[in-house]
Amino acid sequence: MLEIRDLHATVEGTEILKGINLTINPGEVHAIMGPNGAGKSTLSSVLAGRDGYEVTQGTITFEGQDLLEMEVEDRARAGMLMGFQYPVEIPGVKNIYLLKSALNAQREARGEEEIPSPEFMKLVKEKLEFMRMDTSFLQRAVNEGFSGGEKKRNEILQMLVLQPKLALLDEIDSGLDIDAMKTVSHGVNSLRSENRSILLVTHYQRILNHIEPDQVHVLIDGRIARSGDKQLALRVEDEGYEWIHQESAA
Amino acid sequence: MSTETFLQHLQERVEQGAPEWLTSRRQSAAESFARQGFPSPRQEAWKYTDVSRIAESRFTLASDAALSEARLAALRLQVDDAHRLVFVDGLFSAEHSDIGELPAGVVVEPLSQALMQGREVLGSQLGRLTGEDFSPFAALNTAFAHEGVLLHLGRNAVLEKPVYAIFVSRTGESAVMSHPRLLIRAEQGSEASLIEHHIGEHEAANFTNVVGEASLDANARVRHYKLQEASQSEYHVSSMHIDQQRDSLYASYNLNLGGALVRNDLISELNDENATTEFWGLFFGQERQHIDNHTQVNHNAPRTYSNESYKGILGGRARGVFNGRVYIKRDAQQVRGYQNNANLLLSDRAEIDTKPELEIYADDVLCSHGATTGQLDENAIFALRARGISQEMARGLLTLAFATEVMEQIPLAEITERVERTVAGKLPDRFNLMGVVEDSDA
Repeated sequence: MLEIRDLHATVEGTEILKGINLTINPGEVHAIMGPNGAGKSTLSSVLAGRDGYEVTQGTITFEGQDLLEMEVEDRARAGMLMGFQYPVEIPGVKNIYLLKSALNAQREARGEEEIPSPEFMKLVKEKLEFMRMDTSFLQRAVNEGFSGGEKKRNEILQMLVLQPKLALLDEIDSGLDIDAMKTVSHGVNSLRSENRSILLVTHYQRILNHIEPDQVHVLIDGRIARSGDKQLALRVEDEGYEWIHQESAA
Repeated sequence: MSTETFLQHLQERVEQGAPEWLTSRRQSAAESFARQGFPSPRQEAWKYTDVSRIAESRFTLASDAALSEARLAALRLQVDDAHRLVFVDGLFSAEHSDIGELPAGVVVEPLSQALMQGREVLGSQLGRLTGEDFSPFAALNTAFAHEGVLLHLGRNAVLEKPVYAIFVSRTGESAVMSHPRLLIRAEQGSEASLIEHHIGEHEAANFTNVVGEASLDANARVRHYKLQEASQSEYHVSSMHIDQQRDSLYASYNLNLGGALVRNDLISELNDENATTEFWGLFFGQERQHIDNHTQVNHNAPRTYSNESYKGILGGRARGVFNGRVYIKRDAQQVRGYQNNANLLLSDRAEIDTKPELEIYADDVLCSHGATTGQLDENAIFALRARGISQEMARGLLTLAFATEVMEQIPLAEITERVERTVAGKLPDRFNLMGVVEDSDA
């Protein structure tokens, strides 16, 4: 599904990622943890295709395609979707417009017809219900005036409608209270299937109690210093990152 | 070229039985027009808008108001629950109009009919707010004053349904001119909405020259929606003069999507405490359209309020002009006046000239004004692209969103949907928005 090989990236001339290797197979849920400044958000940004990040070495392959050669919108159409840490407010653009144009763009890329309106509405209403969101939400502007929790739920709603092959969730738990965390996790867990993968990037272990990962990776100073199962996340939660730092330095 | 060319048709309009006061007002307005001549770009108020194309054209007056029902149905808004008046090239069409039942104390009539009825309100109101020399176009309108809309609201009269006045401009053998006159007289505590809809048949190249006067007594409330959808060959000039007494509200929604050359003037006089003017505007120009909005709010009394927001979207080689003046008279304390003009340029060759003017002679006031000409928010574009939406469609959605911020002020869905679809449909094809907007009804 996703294969990252020896990835190096710089931001404004400073090397942040210093050789990342990561393989995610279909059906797997991976979590990347790490202290502040380890390169988590740089990795997310490179995957999302944000400007200002220069890949100086290495490759990223998504479903056999060279991801770094793909435009932002083409990544999404090919099935890689990013749930953002800070979803942008877009005044005046209704949620329904976003969902509809995004879904049709994806269908067009697959050579399919535009979705008929009744079918679209049925799909969206079903997903709204699942995320415990009111239909009036569709006529509201994207994220405008939304609380932190509403914004995150909206990110997941978009995932449920667009059904990505690989969902990247960047600090999806930040700013969520326990109820919102449950709703968001419920949404993410519903995406789990044997041919879909999920990559969680998170500072805290807490979300991993709700979305159980198959593999956990600890990112330190631009490299994956350690990989393991969910026990690794628990140990990080208890002991912090220092021991990994020492072991990898030794 | 000469003003005489325009006045030569005047004889045709001097119909039998016009009241003497009107004949004399027309006469002196014709003289004023001849004296002023067409404005030149040397005049400050016309610096960016060259009307020589109008001055050099020849226009006749329409002689009939023929229009098929199907044609009208295709053009008009689906506002069925309204007091409807239809004008074709400036002439009233009784056939297509349906004024319907009116509550006591309310008069809604075509001006020609009101003149025949000898309505007294006409004599006291027509020309009261324009004066003689506001502009040559206003004078020209008065010289031809004959047809238009009279909306007279008696004390505490409330008109629940809007008055929907449709002005259709036809494609014809020769270009015609029309001079619709709107008279709104709202007595104390009355309330009404007027939809003024200008729409042109494809390639109609006529000259529509509108003048409106609205007098609002204490606590009167008038909402005036103007939707200008003339063809891209049409000349459209208008001035709207508003006079407000205590606790009154006048809200203008000035939506300009059409026209080759468009000039709108709005002038509001806030004459007593707690009178409020709201000016909302949207102008959307493509190709070589030229759209000029001049607004003026005169705070002549303490504790009067104004709020103004105009948004412009210009593509192709379109040109927009915004000039917004807020004047606060000496000792008009505790006034609040807000004004903003924001513009979006979709092409390198589109142009906007914007000039906010604040003139304040009182010391205890709260005013702000601002003008921005901007690009679209790159973060928002990225966020949309990250969902698979193409760069161009993302730009289209955000352009439409820019207009939506004014549309949100309008409670009439028939108007907002029409504007949204028109804007979406007229944006360059590359934005590819129609499929999205058409399915907006959830």
